[in-house]
Amino acid sequence: MTMQIADSVSLSAPDAKARAHAAAARNNLRTEPRAVRIVIIALAMTFLSVFVVLPLVVVFAQAFSKGILAYFAALADPEALSAIKLTLLVAAISVGLNLVFGLVAAWAIAKFEFSGKTFLITLIDLPFSVSPVISGLVFVLLFGAQGYFGGWLRDHDIQILFAVPGIALATTFVTFPFVARALIPLMQEQGTQEEEAAISLGASGLQTFFRVTLPNIKWGVLYGVLLCNARAMGEFGAVSVVSGHIRGETNTMPLLVEILYNEYQFVAAFAIASLLAMLALITLIAKTVLENHLDEGQDASEH
Amino acid sequence: MSAIAARRRTLPGFGLTMGLTLSWLSIIILIPLAGLFLKSLELSPEQFWNILSSRRTLNALRVSFGLAFAAACVNLVMGSIIVWALVRYRFPGRRLFDAIVDVPFALPTAVAGVALTALFAEKGWLGAPLAAAGIKVAFTPVGIFVAMIFIGIPFVVRTVQPVLQDLDPEIEEAAGSLGASRWQTIIRVILPSLGPALLTGLALAFARAVGEYGSVIFIAGNLPNVSEIAPLLIVIRLSEFRYADATAIAVVMLVVSFVIIFAVNRLQRWAQSRIPVR
Amino acid sequence: MSIEVRNLVKKFGSFKALDGVDLKVNDGELLALLGPSGSGKTTLLRIIAGLDWPDSGEVSFNGEDALAQGARERHVGFVFQHYALFRHMTVFENVAFGLRVQPRAIRKDEVTIRARVKELLDLVQLDWLADRYPSQLSGGQRQRIALARALAIEPRILLLDEPFGALDAKVRKELRKWLRSLHHEINVTSIFVTHDQEEALEVANRVVVMDKGKIEQIGSPDDVYESPATAFVHSFIGESIELPVLIADGVVRLGDRPLRLAADGLAPGASRLFVRRHDMLVGPPGSGAFEGAVQHVRNFGPVQRAEVALSGGQTIEIDAPRGRELRAGDTISLEPRRYRIFADA
Repeated sequence: MTMQIADSVSLSAPDAKARAHAAAARNNLRTEPRAVRIVIIALAMTFLSVFVVLPLVVVFAQAFSKGILAYFAALADPEALSAIKLTLLVAAISVGLNLVFGLVAAWAIAKFEFSGKTFLITLIDLPFSVSPVISGLVFVLLFGAQGYFGGWLRDHDIQILFAVPGIALATTFVTFPFVARALIPLMQEQGTQEEEAAISLGASGLQTFFRVTLPNIKWGVLYGVLLCNARAMGEFGAVSVVSGHIRGETNTMPLLVEILYNEYQFVAAFAIASLLAMLALITLIAKTVLENHLDEGQDASEH
Repeated sequence: MSAIAARRRTLPGFGLTMGLTLSWLSIIILIPLAGLFLKSLELSPEQFWNILSSRRTLNALRVSFGLAFAAACVNLVMGSIIVWALVRYRFPGRRLFDAIVDVPFALPTAVAGVALTALFAEKGWLGAPLAAAGIKVAFTPVGIFVAMIFIGIPFVVRTVQPVLQDLDPEIEEAAGSLGASRWQTIIRVILPSLGPALLTGLALAFARAVGEYGSVIFIAGNLPNVSEIAPLLIVIRLSEFRYADATAIAVVMLVVSFVIIFAVNRLQRWAQSRIPVR
Repeated sequence: MSIEVRNLVKKFGSFKALDGVDLKVNDGELLALLGPSGSGKTTLLRIIAGLDWPDSGEVSFNGEDALAQGARERHVGFVFQHYALFRHMTVFENVAFGLRVQPRAIRKDEVTIRARVKELLDLVQLDWLADRYPSQLSGGQRQRIALARALAIEPRILLLDEPFGALDAKVRKELRKWLRSLHHEINVTSIFVTHDQEEALEVANRVVVMDKGKIEQIGSPDDVYESPATAFVHSFIGESIELPVLIADGVVRLGDRPLRLAADGLAPGASRLFVRRHDMLVGPPGSGAFEGAVQHVRNFGPVQRAEVALSGGQTIEIDAPRGRELRAGDTISLEPRRYRIFADA
């Protein structure tokens, strides 16, 4: 399957040569002429470069277009700082909630047999296929002034919409499936034998979970939290609908990017955007590392 | 016998965890979604129809669904080419490009939106040469199309990639040894095996593009009836306090999404029952 | 600890894994549950351990209702087929697990735990592996660690699910002897599940043969081999010649030929005749119950295995002692030294 760009294979032993011939014969059946290969690779890479790499580069180019001082000045702006703080707070809340939910749901779904399991997983997946704007809208319909609970909330002086609780709720909705979906297949694959062994050795349910299950899924948990966090910090559509865009109060980082951009403060907008882009890049790197860990874990268990 | 009935499960905590799962699922997902459908029931069929058949709504739905489908088709073709290159060939930078495919997943949509706009604006790196050639991208429907291509790529690649990786090499060797040309092998043997995965990727990319908001609104221009997407129209109706209109559009989009999930689930089940994987 | 199982029924959907099982296990016994896959033997073992629950029936330990307790309270040592070692713990921590999770009130101190684990690792002769992880062990070593881990809680009963199933042939044989001597040493009531008859007959004091969720026979290894109680046991254990026969008017018939075999006490109707291969004695034509022609002969050490075409058309394989050599083409007579006839179900 290896593409030999340089077709020079230097082999000394005759049987090595025979093996190379066999490999070449095998390859011929499963690959294309060299010109075709080069065209396909070039096409794929050009497409990815134009549509994915360039936008990423533009973010940083624009952020630093007025120099490094302007960049840091933009980040030090009180409005930027408050947006960063709010983003961290909201992410902490929704990742925390979804982490607990994910662990609980994965235990129920992966460790037990019951009817309707596939349907339940589909329900957990729902937020993936709901437009972010609709994810925000549903909370406006519940908690808005004309919403189902709007009157009650006003009477009791509780602010959900256009405040942190609303933003956290919408973000939790959008990021709901991440941890559970990372854990369910992993825990299903690991089966229940180790847990059964622990129980038969006298461990309680919690002891079994913390001493046996959790250590086995720790990389999966981290993986889910990582993706959940990236989405929570970057969510735009849902948060935009419920936030009310109160400057310095209910603007998260992505919302501030929009506001600054619409005010033609490009350096500031792209400075905030560059932080989010870095978050995305770090997430991707960590994800790649974690995927290797997860693969290794699986290999070890297959021995 | 009561002892048996009380303890049917070996591992503890099923009742508790299942109860928590269902409660939390209901509070965060099901009740809010049910609220939306309930709200839409307050509309008479006539009102519902009037909202949907208004010129602006129809155009917004047409822009969202039409361009999303076009973008998903481009992603299907380009995604397949990318998967082929990543899985079948070895070249410098392959692993890097493999990782880069996930950028549209990970990059916040607002960031993607401003970045694509800056790139394709008339003075942008790509916008300038394109403008010189007479093609205007930013602030036109073409811009929406470009943004939808951006966010859809990983869906096709990540759905098809594992299937191609797991495809048994022997079936190609068998086809080759039976005298099929390389092209015949690809069209008659490999493509049918990838069929369900390709369709799934197409459906997922389409579903994502239809609902997309953040990466589109910056580059779209948002001209009513021309470059206004349905999610934006929902936001506009909300800001005008026309909740009924927002709800009606949202319900249509949700129903389409659910139909797509259902189709994808069926596709996946079908694929599992017929694909000759190792 | 004695175990008593009464009228156990367990269904998985429409599949009856256990269909009314009764079994008594005496204190200190080493019992084998033998049967083909799907016979319900593992389900029975898991129900005794508290890892599965029956639809109906009773399980008691020393006369005490065991179903009232969960797996955690039963104090049963269970060795899983694939060992189920905790992969993130060292061998030492695996063995120590059962001691560390005891309720605080009765938990031993660290020094006692360490001493106990050391003792157990010595018992399974693997103390030098204490710091390794399960993935670094061979199959046989994992098996022994799993056993040490199960013994750590001083179980009242030891249950082993296909203890040698995942091992290669040579290690299996060694571990069999070792398990027998270990049982002798610790003398805990033990049940193991196996589909390998040789394993069951060699290791156990008593063998329980199961098929399709029912117990076919319980007896000593000699009993089940020498006096199979059912057609299934006869064909499952040892190599058997099996011929369809008809009992009518006190006569055994193979096809339309009457056989010179006693039919006393046999119910009339379609039946099957079972004979061990080495129980077919070869004689000159006309001297035995069956007539036939030798088709093919192969020598296996002390025996010659001959394929014989019976005059009724069936072909059987017999094991005859060396000495009087058989040749292809010989016509011979066969007389079963011992045989059994079971009516068709």
